[in-house]
Amino acid sequence: MPASTSPDAPAARGRRRSRTGAVPAVLLVPALVGLGLLVLPLAGLLVRTPWGELGTHLTAPAVLDALRLSLVTATVATVLSLVLGVPLAWVLARADLPGTGILRALVTVPLVLPPVVGGVALLLLLGRRGLLGEHLDAWFGVTVPFTTAAVVLAQTFVAMPFLVIAVEGALRGADRRYEDAAATLGAGRWTTFRRVTLPLVAPGVSAGAVLCFARALGEFGATITFAGSFPGVTRTMPIAVYLALETDPESAIVLSLLLLVVSVGVLAALRGRWVSGVGA
Amino acid sequence: MSDAPSYERTAPRAGLAARLRVRRGNFELDLPLDVAPGEVVALVGPNGAGKTTALHALAGLLPLTDGRIELDGRVLDDPARRILVPPERRPLGVVFQDYLLFPHLSARDNVAFGLRTRGVPRTEARRRAETWLERVGVGDLAGLRPSSLSGGQAQRVALARALAPGPRLLLLDEPMAALDAATRLTVRADLAHHLQDYDGAAVLVTHDPLDAMSLADRIVVLEDGRVVQEGAPVDVARAPRTEYVARLVGLNLLRGEGRGGVVELDEGGVVHLAEPAQGPVLVAFPPSAVVLHRHRPEGSARNTWHGRVTALEQHAHTVRAQVAIDDGPSVLADVTAAAVAELGLGLGVPVWVSFKATETHAYPA
Repeated sequence: MPASTSPDAPAARGRRRSRTGAVPAVLLVPALVGLGLLVLPLAGLLVRTPWGELGTHLTAPAVLDALRLSLVTATVATVLSLVLGVPLAWVLARADLPGTGILRALVTVPLVLPPVVGGVALLLLLGRRGLLGEHLDAWFGVTVPFTTAAVVLAQTFVAMPFLVIAVEGALRGADRRYEDAAATLGAGRWTTFRRVTLPLVAPGVSAGAVLCFARALGEFGATITFAGSFPGVTRTMPIAVYLALETDPESAIVLSLLLLVVSVGVLAALRGRWVSGVGA
Repeated sequence: MSDAPSYERTAPRAGLAARLRVRRGNFELDLPLDVAPGEVVALVGPNGAGKTTALHALAGLLPLTDGRIELDGRVLDDPARRILVPPERRPLGVVFQDYLLFPHLSARDNVAFGLRTRGVPRTEARRRAETWLERVGVGDLAGLRPSSLSGGQAQRVALARALAPGPRLLLLDEPMAALDAATRLTVRADLAHHLQDYDGAAVLVTHDPLDAMSLADRIVVLEDGRVVQEGAPVDVARAPRTEYVARLVGLNLLRGEGRGGVVELDEGGVVHLAEPAQGPVLVAFPPSAVVLHRHRPEGSARNTWHGRVTALEQHAHTVRAQVAIDDGPSVLADVTAAAVAELGLGLGVPVWVSFKATETHAYPA
C-alpha cells in the first residue's frame, strides 16, 4: 500500500502508485460490480448445469434437432453473407459511386436495429401479403415465412453487416498498389480480385465470417418473428432454449451451455490465428 | 494479344515513341520520350518533377490528357483518338519502388504470376519462373515468401517477375531506393548486366546520379514537368544545364554573359576563363577545385572572391562548404576536416575563395 512506504516526495509517490496500478475505490467498486454482472450469470449457468445427465440431455431428439438446424442455418447464412457481402464490401470500399455514404449507413442499420423489427420488416416484404411475397406466392407458389429458408434469411439480415463492415475495413486498409502491380503483370480486374485482393484481405474476411457466424447462431428476435418456432424446421437453439425454460429447465441449461461453448470457441478463433496471421 | 482491335498498326517503328502530356491540377507534365530497343533511358529529376507520373502513364495506370504512346508501332494511349489500352494488355514489365511482391505468394509464384495471366499452364509457368530466378541469382529462394527475403533478394525477384513474361518495355521505379549502400553496389552491377541483356526499351526513374550514370545509355532530366536537359551520361555530367543537374553531378554552375576571357555573371561579379567565350554561357567547375583562405590569397588563381560560409556538410572524406560571395553567386568548396579546423570555418565566417581559370568549363547556355 502506498501509505506504508517511506514518506517520499508527492511526485515520487505518484509514480509508485501508477506503477503498481492501484485503483481508486471510486472506480474499483463499479468495476467489480460490472465484472460480476458479466461473469456471475455465466458462473451460475455452470453451477446449475446437470453435469451428471449432460449426455442424456444432449442426445435428446429435440436438442439434436435444434442443434443441427442451428448449425446448418448459421453456416448457410454465413456462406450467403460471404457470397453477397464480400462483393458489397468491395463496392462500398472501391466503387466510385455517388451516395456510397448513404449506402454504407443503410448496410449498418441492421447492426443497431432491434432484431424483432428486422423480423417484422422481413415479414412485410416477404410475407404472404408482403410487397414481394405476394408475387412469389401468386406466380411461383413460394412462401418464405415460417420455413428454414426464412431462418437463413433472418440470420443473414442481422449477421451480414458484421461481415461487410469487417471486409470493407480490410479492403480500405489494403495497399492498392498491389492491384496496380497485378495489372502490369497482365491480370484483368477479376483475376486481380481473385488472386491478389482477396488473399490480401483474407484475415479481414475470416474475422468477418466468424463474427457473422456467431451472430447468426445467436439470432432470436428476427427468427421467431419471421420464421416462427416449428420443431426441426425453424426452432433454432436460442428459440429452443427460450421455450424449454418453461417446460424443461435442465434441458434449457444444457442448450445454453452448448451455445456458450460455441461462443467461447468463436472468441478463441477471433483472438488467435484467424485475425492476425492468415494472409501473412 | 497482338490482334486486339485497339492496337493500331501504324508505320512500324521499334521501341517506344511517346509524347506524354498529363495535367493534374496546376501540374503539367510534357515529356517527349523515344527509347530504342535495347536502350536504357534514365528519367532524373527532383521530387515532384513528374517522373512517377510519366512512369504511371507509360504503364497505363494513369491516362494521358494529351499526346500519345506508341510501342513497337502499336498505339497504347492516344486521347485524341480515344485509344487507351489498359495496363494488363500492354506488353510491359514494371519493377516498383518497394517491389510490391505479392506477400501471399512464394518468390516462384510471384514470378510465375505474369506468365499465368498470359495463359501459360501452371507447371510450365513455375518451371520458367525458376529459370528466371536462377538467372537473377536467387534460384535457391524460389519457395520463400517475400517477407523472408532481404532487400537485395526482393529486388532480384521483382526484376525476374517483370522480365519473365518477355515485356517489350521495362519500367524501373527507383529500383535501388530501398537498398542499403553496401547491397546497392552489387545489385546495381547485376542490374546493369541484366539491362544489357534485355532487348526491349527500358525506362529507369531515379534520383540517384550514380544509378543514372552507371545504368543508362541516355539521361533525360525532368524539372517541373519539362525536359531541362537530355544526353549521354558523360555529357550531362560534364556540362550541366541547370542548378539541379549541377548539384546532382557535383559541380558548381554559374550563368552569365561571355566577354572574351571573362564572364559577367548574372548574379554579379566576373569569372576568368582559360578560353574565351561570347554571349550567354554556363560555367561549370568542381567544388574540389575551389580553395578557401582566411586572408586574401596571392597566387596564380585568376578567380578570387570574398564571401561568407552559409553551410557546412560532412561528406564521405571531405567537408563541403557553401560560400555566399559578396554581391555574387553561391559557390561550393570541398575541404578536408583538418582545413575546417585550421581556418576556423563556421557559419557566417568570412572567407576568401579562389579557383584557377583552367579548372572552369564554359559552354553556350
